Amino acid sequence: MSPDSTVAIGLLLPDVLGTYSDTGNATILAQRLRWRGIPAEIVTITARDTPPTSCAVYLLGGGEDTAQLFAADWLRRHPELRLAMEASAVTLAVCAGLQVLGQSMTDTRGKHYPGLELLDITTAPGRQRSVGEVISTCAIPGVGSLTGFENHRGITTLGPGTTALGRVVTGTGNGTTEPGTRQRGEGVLTERVIGTYLHGPVLARNPALADHILQKITGQSLAPLELPDQAALRATYL
Amino acid sequence: MVVRTSGVSPAALSPPGRRRLGWWTRAAVRAGLATAGLSRGLRFGAGSIIGGRVTLALDRQALRRLATGRRVVLVSGTNGKTTTSHLVAAAVRTAGPVAHNAGGSNMADGAVAALAEAPDAEYAVLEVDELHVAAVAQAVDPAVVVLLNLTRDQLDRATEVGAIASALGRALAQHPGTVVVANADDPMVVSAATAAPGATRTVWVAAGASWLGDATTCPRCGCTLTFTAFHWECECGLARPTPDWWIDGSKACSADAVLPLDIQLPGQVNVSNATMALAAAQAVGVPVDRAASALREVDVVAGRYAVVHRGSQDLRLLLAKNPAGWAGMSSMLSEPRPLLIIINAREADGRDTSWLWDVNFEQFTCRQVVASGERAADLGVRLSYAGLEHQTVPDPLAALATLPPGQVDVVANYTAFHQFRRRLGREQKVAR
Ligand SMILES: [Zn+2]
Repeated sequence: MSPDSTVAIGLLLPDVLGTYSDTGNATILAQRLRWRGIPAEIVTITARDTPPTSCAVYLLGGGEDTAQLFAADWLRRHPELRLAMEASAVTLAVCAGLQVLGQSMTDTRGKHYPGLELLDITTAPGRQRSVGEVISTCAIPGVGSLTGFENHRGITTLGPGTTALGRVVTGTGNGTTEPGTRQRGEGVLTERVIGTYLHGPVLARNPALADHILQKITGQSLAPLELPDQAALRATYL
Repeated sequence: MVVRTSGVSPAALSPPGRRRLGWWTRAAVRAGLATAGLSRGLRFGAGSIIGGRVTLALDRQALRRLATGRRVVLVSGTNGKTTTSHLVAAAVRTAGPVAHNAGGSNMADGAVAALAEAPDAEYAVLEVDELHVAAVAQAVDPAVVVLLNLTRDQLDRATEVGAIASALGRALAQHPGTVVVANADDPMVVSAATAAPGATRTVWVAAGASWLGDATTCPRCGCTLTFTAFHWECECGLARPTPDWWIDGSKACSADAVLPLDIQLPGQVNVSNATMALAAAQAVGVPVDRAASALREVDVVAGRYAVVHRGSQDLRLLLAKNPAGWAGMSSMLSEPRPLLIIINAREADGRDTSWLWDVNFEQFTCRQVVASGERAADLGVRLSYAGLEHQTVPDPLAALATLPPGQVDVVANYTAFHQFRRRLGREQKVAR
């Protein structure tokens, strides 16, 4: 947290990875802090900016194929940001944003592109696009079921010792099983990174995941929030 | 009127050939029209889609055969197709009868139905879904293709905007005789229209872009684009072309003409649509001043912009189905009237409601808002995070009852809009 105790939420590359409305995740985190009396600001970091390294949380969203390669290249050109993601901040990365944090990505012609190498995952294209609702059981205690909308062609393989964010109940998710298990996985969970294929945006549909992130970055246990329509929204999809 | 624009000669100069339908196509058309009539009689909707489908099933070449000898204008893009095709049809009608898929059935079956219903019309104005331009253009060999804008809409149709742009580019390259009327302010459109340089003739219209959420990176190379007030460009060379038509307030301007538009349709987005329509009408040989007067007569487009009197309320009906559509509509929603928003997520709407998060609902503070429709809860959560106090009432008519008498703005997405209109229509029939 910055000295004046305003929580800085770093929205990375909304101009590049803004295709699937995942920028909503920034609004959700900021509002959930403000409603609890904790000042928060969204720091928009475009491709033209030098990314600040002091944000408490960094957000990456989904984007199209050319944009994704541009984003991976941009991230690799900012090692100081990578250091912050590794050591001090929490990162929520969605879809293409998840893939670019991995070791490598492969396009439909079989060409490999390097990722930021922050996560031990690799992504290659599947035979067809996975489009539709996903339900998973989240590996984070207390978060419960995750709901979201996936729209991707990536098959993401997790390296040994890497944990999925959840176990797929319906939908595709990573398109692979978790290392050493027969469970179909969705997303990635490490100490500081939450990666997922879920749009919706994911934090709008899963407020418990939002609060998990906020408790992690504030170090406080946060009072529950009752939002009108939230229960009805979850009932729509779960 | 002399056309200055990049050496474009009006496609009207080529005389229409005679269209001779074989007996089989005639029978297929008759079967389609009969089915459409039956379907209308049974109130299955406008009937045109099913009728067109029957015709196409019986004769797969029906679209090509029905279009032969006509001067066809295709209108495509993510937003404004229906409105712009109505404007183009109104303008072209001053030159002769027009076949037009006025109801917005914008795939091959809808085109077939429109042509079958107006067998003698010399002109055709067809709204075409972005994903179906290639197939329809192949069949009808259009005189003009209008490309309004390309932004995200229904991402779950599994095609990305960049891919749509390149497919359109490939399709246009197949039609060297076609005039393309294209929005110079939309990088995706420019990328599509310039994909085959020299292959097509292009009339560039500075029609504006109300939302650039999908266009900040270059559709060609993925770099970020540089925008200034009247220009945009990329390192790779893709840049805003010099416009042949531009807008000055409510006037459409070219090197040869300054035309006050004075259209009845509200909002700056419709001034843009009207300017595109003007350029399209000119490209098929309609004098622009005659076209401009025709545009002024258009007030309601397939139920949109209509004001419906219901009980003590006057409902202003607007359709917006994606972030760009909402952004284009914001000037029409500047009065702080009570607002009913109806959202569905059926196949025609796109199943994913994430797009609601790219709509600037924050601008609607200080007015009464009701969230409604089959996805009222998704919308309600979005409105809460936008800081809007609101009510959530999934049934739209019940939602209206919570709003005061007087003027009410109603904004709905695609299927929600049509459901709502049908319910209003049924009510008014019962009242009579
Ligand atoms: Zn470029």
